Amino acid sequence: MKKRMLSTALILALAASCLSACGNAGSSGKGETLTVLNYGKYIDEDALKEFEKETGITVKYEEYESPEEMYTKYKAGSIDYDVICSSEYMVEKLIKEGEVLSLDYEAMDNYKNLDPDILALSEAYDKDHTYSVPYFYGTLGLLYNKNEISEETASSWDCLWDPTYEDEVIMENSVRDTFAPALISLGYSLNDTDESHLKEALKILKKQKEDKIVYGYYVDETADAMIGEEAKIALCYSGEAALAMDENENLAYSIPKEGSNLWIDSWFVPRSCTNQTNALKFLNFLCRDEIARKNFEYVEYSSPITAVNENQDEEMKNNAAINPDKDAVKRCEIYTSLSDDEASIYTKLWQELLAQ
Amino acid sequence: MSKFKQQFLSGPYLIWIIGFILLPMAMIIYYAFTGSDGTPTLQYIAAIADETNRKALGLSLWLGVICTVICLVLAYPLAMILSNMHIKNQSFVVFIFMLPMWMNFMLRILAWKLLLSKNGVINSVLTGMGLSRINIINTPAAVVLGMVYDFFPFMLLPIYNALTRIREDWIEAAADLGAGKITIFFKIILPLSLSGIISGIVMVFVPSLTSFAISQVLGGGHVLLIGNVIEQDFMQGMQWNAGSGLSFVLMIFVIASMALVNSFDKEGEGTVIC
Repeated sequence: MKKRMLSTALILALAASCLSACGNAGSSGKGETLTVLNYGKYIDEDALKEFEKETGITVKYEEYESPEEMYTKYKAGSIDYDVICSSEYMVEKLIKEGEVLSLDYEAMDNYKNLDPDILALSEAYDKDHTYSVPYFYGTLGLLYNKNEISEETASSWDCLWDPTYEDEVIMENSVRDTFAPALISLGYSLNDTDESHLKEALKILKKQKEDKIVYGYYVDETADAMIGEEAKIALCYSGEAALAMDENENLAYSIPKEGSNLWIDSWFVPRSCTNQTNALKFLNFLCRDEIARKNFEYVEYSSPITAVNENQDEEMKNNAAINPDKDAVKRCEIYTSLSDDEASIYTKLWQELLAQ
Repeated sequence: MSKFKQQFLSGPYLIWIIGFILLPMAMIIYYAFTGSDGTPTLQYIAAIADETNRKALGLSLWLGVICTVICLVLAYPLAMILSNMHIKNQSFVVFIFMLPMWMNFMLRILAWKLLLSKNGVINSVLTGMGLSRINIINTPAAVVLGMVYDFFPFMLLPIYNALTRIREDWIEAAADLGAGKITIFFKIILPLSLSGIISGIVMVFVPSLTSFAISQVLGGGHVLLIGNVIEQDFMQGMQWNAGSGLSFVLMIFVIASMALVNSFDKEGEGTVIC
């Protein structure tokens, strides 16, 4: 989930959540609270209310826009978060730093609802499934305009480097997502950190920019721009693609045949947690079929809860942006976290590309 | 007793100044001069010489200068027209120019994005009239447009204030003594409004030099200003030291440019900021 909200909106949301938390604290008899940190617009708020009603625990709900921002917020240590949801590479980083507590799945009777395939993929960042509970997953792929681009063309990353699409391609304003297709096109893994390989990828991206193929490096504006048909192809996450396809039926989504990135956002309990029992209650609650369905209908990302995927209508089932087929999933790789040095190399190359 | 009261009243401001101005500044300077392991280093200050950062800083300075010049050229004649108007109309027109400032500046920039985009409002109207499109979205031109739009009132107000302070009889006296319109302008109006111009330049140049949100939204990733580099260092790359180093260098540039501008302001009237 790479949604980026305006900082103003974020501050408003923060202020609002603070206010509501204060308001609730007064009325709740038990006075127990659970501090939740999640991506923006990433849960159906009714589900939160239901949880509060069921358990009497007051949820202090906070939002953030990027994993890096979450990390900064968490590390600042001014708020003791009880449960956090984030992207797998950030979860991996925090596990490595010893910031994540292991989970007691015995206390979670809904844990069995999770799709075993997705759990198997989650081994990439949580080797023995001890720390995290998958929440949503999705893929990186191409959102394209069916009237302008054939399915054939969009089935390969090569179309991103084709000068015929001058000013018609939207890339991601995010280091790894933009480097991933370049690395894959070169035959490298998207987790390759060899500096010479990264420089080769940079060369492709620089040429792409030089050839004026790139309309813009967007984050949350991609869907809007594609709905408005400002560009023909966009590098895009499946969730955002699904939203755009709802609005404009000329749009379609593909996961290129060379492979791509698959992300899993998962919940974990950080070391700052003050009440593990309540945290587990919350995670167990989220894995309940009805609650997962509710959140799925709100977020519209692929849910790792098996029952959610079984009870969808045909159109939803055939939508590659929401339900990638098993073969496509097999071609995908999960991002592994970068060391500080690797991250600084990435940042340097990325800024070199943008400054060009 | 009264002295104690005065000190007591200044308490909140003191806390504000220490907690939210001095302390963060000290932290930036600390981070700027230390490595990620806490050892002192000059590496992050020297990073400004890297090609990427040099280019970004150069572009920031260049766009800042363009934006300031455009604002000045637009604001000065307008301020003159306004100050010569009837008092009643004057405040109304000033009100109209200030009106957009009541809205959040990010919202206004997002609106510009919608207006300027490839299939946006302006291009729809242009193609509807059979004219060719303008494709300035995601270029430096769009960023300058956004900056001028946002910062224009900061140039207009100080100049307007300075001009209204010039007394009518001084100009009449000059005219009586035989000065022509051009002489009056260069010998009386311009020197007397200089303090306003200086304030305006500082108030427009400094935010445009350090802006990053406008270039992000209207530049579409094609315009990398030094503010964007710093933002990325902090928010994406987790490199607080590198970000602080560049922030420190940028602060020096801001202070230097203000000192340079203020050196022209001999009366010291326009020192609104510095």
